[in-house]
Amino acid sequence: MRPAFSVLFLTTLIGAAQGLFIALFACELLAAESLPSSFFVGGSILVLIMSVLGGISSVFHLGHPERAWRAMTMWRTSWLAREGIALPAFMASVFAYGVSHWLGWGHTLAVGTFAIVIAITLFVCTAMIYGAIKVLKEWAHPMTIVNFIVLGCASGMTLAAAYASFTAPEIAGVLAQAAFWLTILGLITRGVSLWRNATLRPTSTLQTAIGIRHPHIVQKAQGSMGGSYNTREFFHGKSPAFVRGVLLTLILGAFVLPLVLVLMLPLLAFIIQYLGLLAERWYFFAEAQHPQNLYYQGKS
Amino acid sequence: MTQLALVIDLNVCVGCHACVTNCKQWNTSGAAGSLVDCNPYEAEPNGTFFNRVQTFEVGTYPNTDTVHFPKSCLHCEDPACVPVCPTGASYKRKEDGIVLVDYDKCIGCKYCSWACPYGVREFDEQRKVMTKCTLCVDRIYDESLPEDRRKPSCVLACPPGARLFGDVHDPESAVSIAIRERGGYTLMPEANTKPANHYLPRRKTTVSVRSDELYRSDNPHKIDGAPFDKNLPPTNEELN
Ligand code: SF4
Ligand code: SF4
Ligand code: SF4
Repeated sequence: MRPAFSVLFLTTLIGAAQGLFIALFACELLAAESLPSSFFVGGSILVLIMSVLGGISSVFHLGHPERAWRAMTMWRTSWLAREGIALPAFMASVFAYGVSHWLGWGHTLAVGTFAIVIAITLFVCTAMIYGAIKVLKEWAHPMTIVNFIVLGCASGMTLAAAYASFTAPEIAGVLAQAAFWLTILGLITRGVSLWRNATLRPTSTLQTAIGIRHPHIVQKAQGSMGGSYNTREFFHGKSPAFVRGVLLTLILGAFVLPLVLVLMLPLLAFIIQYLGLLAERWYFFAEAQHPQNLYYQGKS
Repeated sequence: MTQLALVIDLNVCVGCHACVTNCKQWNTSGAAGSLVDCNPYEAEPNGTFFNRVQTFEVGTYPNTDTVHFPKSCLHCEDPACVPVCPTGASYKRKEDGIVLVDYDKCIGCKYCSWACPYGVREFDEQRKVMTKCTLCVDRIYDESLPEDRRKPSCVLACPPGARLFGDVHDPESAVSIAIRERGGYTLMPEANTKPANHYLPRRKTTVSVRSDELYRSDNPHKIDGAPFDKNLPPTNEELN
């Protein structure tokens, strides 16, 4: 699949935002007394900014953004519609959480718990957009959900450590520790899916695609000379060396360097991890082999 | 329940692209607006088509078969493209099983095209909506057309008649009989989309000639009493 940049930004930004919110709420649960309410208000603002940026970037993916509201209507069947509902719901509940801290309304635990449920729902919806596409075997696997949650939490926790290093240094160390272990976990879970996808055997072949059972079939024409939507959308068009480069970048950027840096320089660790996760999401698209590509293997 | 569909005979298709051109002509002239053409006269011409004919070479030289393979939306009975659509723009009609896109509702998220295994949906770069074969829904019910013209454009255009159109749920329809009697099959059955369109396979067309047919009494080339002519093509018996 060709990586869609607006989607790369959307999923990495809201993933980190959800992870940051989960980290904030964990701070409230474990160390509420020692933290000023401004810590939670500022954190909520950060979560909201990132979610809004993610939402804005997702709009660039649409041909008709002015009709985007329609994307909420088919929530009974479509995970994309469910995400379209869960994202604004997440923003609204984080807003409510921040406001209750700001105005000292109390009930922040109740509002926070609700927002946590929405955050996890949103993780599942985002991941299932990909996980629900059965023909993309690389995506249609529970590991997709695991990775979206773990990588979102890891980057969010790294960001929480960076944020706390400026606003609440006394807990920054603990958060950095948590980010370290979540990143290790992410390395394992993403490693599992990288390995699985690299060794997957495709179900469909050129033989099943055109229904001719002969071992030797070569495509001679694909019904267009200058390419088509099918050649643009489903092939990333990059060389194997480039793809290997992205793989290396994602391993270093999303995991190795943040692990080295997070305990000392959490902000730098977050910036590098975010860029690494962009590479990770790029690779997530590039490694998915769409069966329609069988029909677009050659032209003359 | 009716399920309209195309049945494409790969044994008959000669790869002339008449269906492609007529499909484009019909659908670009319709009320829904033109199907975009980018760089039509430059390098890399490309555009939106609902139907494409691809060509495959099967076997190794000299024993090869050139197979022309027309491909359009298969109007699946369990279409992967429909449930994923967040807006309901993609839908399958209950009354005749045609899968359609409502261009006024589509937000152009392309998600449906990811879910379809066959790569038959094409995003229109001008109208910014997803498009695909409509099974000529704007022809087949049009009562202003003579009854025998109420068929998809591609079917009417096909010179050798490789494209059949009808209800695959009616066991007595021409398409059902063709599927039954000529080994009709669906594409990528493993994707479980249950395509309504079927393909009829290549058949070996051999003509077996026996000597009594070559030298039969009404053979105009036969000269009574003349000896066997070495220049005549060999018969099966002589070959074996
Ligand atoms: S061929 Fe593709 S676009 Fe057409 S109905 Fe089936 S899944 Fe949908
Ligand atoms: S591109 Fe249009 S038809 Fe396809 S899933 Fe999106 S809204 Fe539905
Ligand atoms: S049925 Fe109509 S829209 Fe579909 S391929 Fe044929 S001519 Fe094109």
